[in-house]
Amino acid sequence: MFKRSLLPVLTVLGVIIVLWYAACIPMNSAWTIQQLERSGETMTLSEHVADTWAQERPRLPAPHQVAAELWDTTVMKNITSKKSLIYHGWITLSATLLGFGIGTTLGVLLAVGIVHSRTMDMSVMPWAIVSQTIPIIAIAPMIIVVLYSVGVQGILPKSIISAYLSFFPVVVGMVKGLRSPDAMQLDLLRTYSASNTQRFWLLRLPASVPYLFASLKIGVAASLVGAIVGELPTGAVRGLGARLLAGSYYGQTIQIWSALFAAAILAAALVALIGVIERVTLRRMGERP
Amino acid sequence: MIYVAGALVLWALGWMVNARLANGPNAQTRAVGIAVPVIFGVTILLIWELIVRGLSVPLVILPPPSMIATTFANSLPILWADFVQTFVKGALSGFVIGGVAAFLLAIVVDRYDFLRRGLLPVGNFMAALPIVGTAPILVMWFGFDWQSKAAVVVVMVFFPILVNTVAGLRDTSDMQRDLMRTYGASYTQTLFKLRVPAAMPFIFNGLKIATTLALVGAIVAEFFGSPTLGMGFRISTSVGQLALDMVWAEIIVAALAGSIFYGAIALIEKGVTFWHPSQRT
Amino acid sequence: MVSNLIISAQNLDLTFQTNDGPVHALKDVNLEIGKGEFVSFIGPSGCGKTTFLRCIAGLEQPTGGQISVNGMTPDEARKARAYGYVFQAAGLYPWRTIGGNIKLPLEIMGFSKHEQAERVARVMELVDLSGFEKKFPWQLSGGMQQRASIARALAFDADILLMDEPFGALDEIVRDHLNEQLLALWARTEKTIGFVTHSIPEAVYLSTKIVVMSPRPGRITDVIESPLPRERPLDIRDSKEFIEIAHRVRDGLRAGHLDDV
Repeated sequence: MFKRSLLPVLTVLGVIIVLWYAACIPMNSAWTIQQLERSGETMTLSEHVADTWAQERPRLPAPHQVAAELWDTTVMKNITSKKSLIYHGWITLSATLLGFGIGTTLGVLLAVGIVHSRTMDMSVMPWAIVSQTIPIIAIAPMIIVVLYSVGVQGILPKSIISAYLSFFPVVVGMVKGLRSPDAMQLDLLRTYSASNTQRFWLLRLPASVPYLFASLKIGVAASLVGAIVGELPTGAVRGLGARLLAGSYYGQTIQIWSALFAAAILAAALVALIGVIERVTLRRMGERP
Repeated sequence: MIYVAGALVLWALGWMVNARLANGPNAQTRAVGIAVPVIFGVTILLIWELIVRGLSVPLVILPPPSMIATTFANSLPILWADFVQTFVKGALSGFVIGGVAAFLLAIVVDRYDFLRRGLLPVGNFMAALPIVGTAPILVMWFGFDWQSKAAVVVVMVFFPILVNTVAGLRDTSDMQRDLMRTYGASYTQTLFKLRVPAAMPFIFNGLKIATTLALVGAIVAEFFGSPTLGMGFRISTSVGQLALDMVWAEIIVAALAGSIFYGAIALIEKGVTFWHPSQRT
Repeated sequence: MVSNLIISAQNLDLTFQTNDGPVHALKDVNLEIGKGEFVSFIGPSGCGKTTFLRCIAGLEQPTGGQISVNGMTPDEARKARAYGYVFQAAGLYPWRTIGGNIKLPLEIMGFSKHEQAERVARVMELVDLSGFEKKFPWQLSGGMQQRASIARALAFDADILLMDEPFGALDEIVRDHLNEQLLALWARTEKTIGFVTHSIPEAVYLSTKIVVMSPRPGRITDVIESPLPRERPLDIRDSKEFIEIAHRVRDGLRAGHLDDV
């Protein structure tokens, strides 16, 4: 399956890069023309094009510029340096992971409660479903600032936002998964006089694993977004969100793009990691994908 | 202290009432189904009010619901203007543009297998990325006003809708496609009579996901730069002024906007996919 | 005689390339079907009966030999809308009413709205579903859905009807009833019918010609011209002739299997 997709994917990516280079020309030309008007010089077409691909603050950085910046701020810098993207990436990642861990754990616990208590099910589940339609991220600035004013800084406020964002998808997905066994399966356990606990561990929990992993993928991406947005309100100086903000204030477009790519790579890596864990787990549970 | 004690009593009371209702004989009725979460929500609000007053929680940490309600009522013109800026101009226009573009591309992608095999993995990848990070870039290109917010929304909703539509267009069985071949039907006939109607449940799944993404995108984009208007703008400036009651008021507007938008799409879905088993149970 | 031949297969051969190696689905199949015949194809799984039907329909391409339908290649016949096909499952669109479903081929083939309405009414009456036009498929039972599927295949007046185990998913009582209705329909419309089935009584009851097939490779082991009269009540199944033909079919099926043991 991978082999079949490899050539088409590479082709599509190749076309995207070509289009990207092409787009740089009209987008950055205005600046080039402005410079030429000022200095009174002229440029040939190829010099003009080359210029649009090598500006310091381009409207659209060329792929190699972004790649160079990424290389420069990751491999070429000391990891503990304030300019290292790995350092910033780690700041954001640690908040993401902490929040994701908290949100997932609480989410699973609440899901178990919902499945076993009618009262909790009817009181809380509708709110969990409705909350998926609410842009929870609107709460982020408030949480950061409020916690800041009571002295809670650093990783914890961002983690709380991350936790909140991964919480509800995990609850909804886990409840769906715990309830996925069909009537026939449940009846079988009743004929064995299985207790609720036995039914949970032997049937409901294993059945919920695919649903859990689907929610974890959504949850980890949401947690990352939460951590990034959490770095915006207080004008933080550390983290990928902070780099995005700083780049946007000072017009450092290449910095913005490299921070964005770093965030994208981080998101992809996290989702892929969960995917790998998912495949390994499901294979050990006997599923043949 | 008495407030706090009152809050605890209220919690116990609310829980007991809900437990009675949830386990009682009428538990399956619609009325009880609505009453229980409502009682739960009201109990939370009352406890919130009591604890904030009872423990004298500073207003810059957590204002009580009563104060938020007053601020809400007094700020309706501002809230409405923010709503129009962020939701109508930003989120809604981005949603429509992104949705139409994704649908058209999905049809093209469906037609050409090579394109599908190349674009779909890339699309799935893009759908998982923190697209809100594109906000500063789009603000730089489109300016501070609603156009950049709409652009962020377009990017955010594009991939989920694309991926879901392509999946839906492929969801017809071999038998259905063979039947079309026995009629000598053309590609366009098969597309519009079989595949698009069959894809509707998937398309609406993508649209529902997109409603939340649209609002999130518009609000977060405003955190990166905005004229003196908009829900995200109001939230970040009010937070800066520690006017938390206004922040909560805007959050209520956002919550209402989000749920009504989602509800509207779900309603249309009911009409269009009335035939799907999930709508008939 | 020659002008009466509707479907003619000569040395037909079809080998599928699968992940587990080539599968010889049809080997050296020779068959002639005349106008107005009711031909059943019977055999165990893998004997090629469905594959053969699909070859006639132009849904599969043979890898050897020739087959012609109405004097054309199957693909040309398909584009000329020469036959109606009924699948094992009714496959009705849940978003269209029964009437809307029957209109589907008519819309595709460009009949006028007036014609469409008239044809829908006519075929629904043929399969005894009048009055259900505005209902949706899920409101009908399995047997009724299959009847609607048959009506859909009749709506555009193709001379040939190809049916792939259409009653397989239904219970026996409904099946008997539909068998009777199908024979009555055949008598009224005088179509040429190709019918794939698993059931020996069904094959013997319905057909003028029974083609017995066997698997690995898929081939014809026997072609039985039925001596039974065209008018057949259900209790003909208890008659001596019927039982003899059924025995012959069964022997043909066993012979196919013996090669394989």
